Amino acid sequence: MSETFLGMPSFPAFPVAARAAVQDGTLRGNLRHATHTIRAKRAKAVAELPDWAELREAGRRIKDHTLRHLDRYLVQVEEAVTAAGGTVHWAADATEANRIVAGLVRATGESEVVKVKSMATQEIGLNEALEAEGIRAYETDLAELIVQLGRDRPSHILVPAIHRNRGEIRDVFRSEMGRWGRAAPDGLTDEPADLAEAARLHLREKFLRARVGVSGANFVVAETGTLVVVESEGNGRMCLTLPETLISVVGIEKIVPTWRDLEVFLQTLPRSSTAERMNPYTSMWTGTTDAETADGPREFHLVLLDNGRTDTLADEVGRQALRCIRCSACLNVCPVYERAGGHAYGSVYPGPIGAILSPQLRGTASAVDASLPYASSLCGACYEVCPVAIDIPEVLVHLRERVAEGGRATREGSTVVLRPARGHAVERAAMRAARWALTRPAALRTGQRIAGRARRLQPRSLPGPGRAWSASRDLPAVPAEPFRDWWRRIYGAGGTAAARPGPGGDTGKDTR
Amino acid sequence: MRVALFLTCVNDTLYPDTGRAVVRLLTRLGVDVDFPMGQTCCGQAHYNTGYRHEAEPLARRFADVFRGYEAIVTPSGSCGAMVRELYPRLGERARAEGRGDTLAAALAPVVPRTYELTEFLVDVLGVTDVGACYPHRVTYHPTCHGLRALGLGDRPGRLLRAVRGLDLVELPGAEECCGFGGTFAVKNPDVSAAMGADKVRHAESTGAAVLCAADNSCLMHLGGTLTRMGSDVRPVHLAEILASTEKEPAV
Ligand code: SF4
Repeated sequence: MSETFLGMPSFPAFPVAARAAVQDGTLRGNLRHATHTIRAKRAKAVAELPDWAELREAGRRIKDHTLRHLDRYLVQVEEAVTAAGGTVHWAADATEANRIVAGLVRATGESEVVKVKSMATQEIGLNEALEAEGIRAYETDLAELIVQLGRDRPSHILVPAIHRNRGEIRDVFRSEMGRWGRAAPDGLTDEPADLAEAARLHLREKFLRARVGVSGANFVVAETGTLVVVESEGNGRMCLTLPETLISVVGIEKIVPTWRDLEVFLQTLPRSSTAERMNPYTSMWTGTTDAETADGPREFHLVLLDNGRTDTLADEVGRQALRCIRCSACLNVCPVYERAGGHAYGSVYPGPIGAILSPQLRGTASAVDASLPYASSLCGACYEVCPVAIDIPEVLVHLRERVAEGGRATREGSTVVLRPARGHAVERAAMRAARWALTRPAALRTGQRIAGRARRLQPRSLPGPGRAWSASRDLPAVPAEPFRDWWRRIYGAGGTAAARPGPGGDTGKDTR
Repeated sequence: MRVALFLTCVNDTLYPDTGRAVVRLLTRLGVDVDFPMGQTCCGQAHYNTGYRHEAEPLARRFADVFRGYEAIVTPSGSCGAMVRELYPRLGERARAEGRGDTLAAALAPVVPRTYELTEFLVDVLGVTDVGACYPHRVTYHPTCHGLRALGLGDRPGRLLRAVRGLDLVELPGAEECCGFGGTFAVKNPDVSAAMGADKVRHAESTGAAVLCAADNSCLMHLGGTLTRMGSDVRPVHLAEILASTEKEPAV
């Protein structure tokens, strides 16, 4: 799936995929329950901090500053990691990143790796690319394990198996665990403790055997070249400390300049994502470990991944998407995500952040990427919760413009002029016609009168594109007289409705 | 005090009762109301669907038509947010495209003078008891742009609680979007309908006779969903409730 997983030209447009999800009662129930639970918990965890607004603003500024000077900070990271005994690799795209990682694993002579949950490696389809090279990658995060065993796709950033309930997970464990290693115990129930124990036994075997670990990182601290992973389960810690070789694939936007900056995100990230005051495990490592007694890798490789990020950085409205710390708060509050589910977004980045990130990282050429900017009612709930204040509705509208009107964008480092997307010609003509009429009040009035006269013909359902409205909603009744005609009749064009004396003192003047 | 009513194209065309209610309400509160006939549409649908350049002439027209007024009052949270939040952005984008400051300068005067109806009542007139009477059980849906873009907060609630005879019941999941979202309603009809149906079920669970909001665009979607689902709950714009008195009850 590697390259196709990234480009994903085969995914249907969002509305098509969402239709199936909306009709799937089990999925709707699973998602509704999960998102509403975490939503309420997050609100509580955030409300505990009196300086939340300041932390959010600080996070926004730190990220913006770093992005503005990214060239400088990237070089600083390379120098610091190298000085600490690590090796830095630069990957322009998914293919290059996958090739680098596969080459590094092959050089160790190993044919399996254990993985820390990582969005960057999902984004580039690393597991599939390694598979093609004869290397097995074992996911060790519980939810990623569920997805991997079920040959499924992740549907949430933090909880990739959010679309599955306990019964479904038990079934996957029972039927699939044995093929990948230690089988599930006989008589496995769907009790959370039993499921966790089955996963623990299955994974322990992998941890103790693995000689190569693969991770991403939540942050890279430029001043010391330190990588940071925050997690809840401790499985990441195992992968980061047990294997001899550690390969970390990290998007170039994950840098923070100093340890002081980290302080802000270590407060906002856990509260936004798992609604915890502090996440149970925060692992930090700097280069390699050489003391015989110390834990940690003897060999460390950092693969810095671009894969569309520099192009995104070139767009002055869209670049704010690169502030994202992948907390998934925006998914959990999104009414569209809740009903459409993560798979409809055709990307490892679902929900509101996916809707603005995928069409920037991948471009707007495919059906799904051209439809993602419209996968929102612009209700603004995502912006409200985002701990780095990404104005997601603003970027959505900006990307709609790119789809509908075309215009300049940056692809693979060069400025291109995009043509308006196909399939928007009718809409464009309608918008232009509406603008023409609406800049001429007389034309608007004529339109209103025609509608008023035809009101008795009012149909219950509309043909063509109008069916999208009338399939589930009745049409509003058209009044006999638009307001402007009434006003002209009562007050005259340019007339004034005069104040009536005294509050509540109706004078009986007929304003009807 | 004299204000200009910006009714919005949707209300002008489909909901003249809301316009009449605003006029009744404001004149009763001692305000002279003008309806500049040159007004049409704020350009929100164009802008939000990705046709920013088509929205620009509409924004310019808005600024031209309303330039002379100290206060411009609109009974729509989303159109109010278009003027207040997005007109400055139109100017910024034009500047970024190398088209200079003229658009920003043309739009700037009307931005701070545009008020959503409940802001005007509570902040400018300083009233929460508008002398209304409406003896019904009502539940209130805060529409997204009013709630999150304009930050209307408890203003609508304070106005409703002061209405005589009105029994205000809390709407479960009130702050969740109703699923209208302008062209979202037709571009993503299945998700939009599912959101609308959930909102309607919540409204029904309150036992209210009336589902009130301060934006008829959302009420058009909810009203269409209510009748299609065979519900008896009626969608009513907040202005019509506030305009209703013992002497002149809302129909
Ligand atoms: S966009 Fe904001 S809320 Fe959404 S995942 Fe990223 S940081 Fe979290």
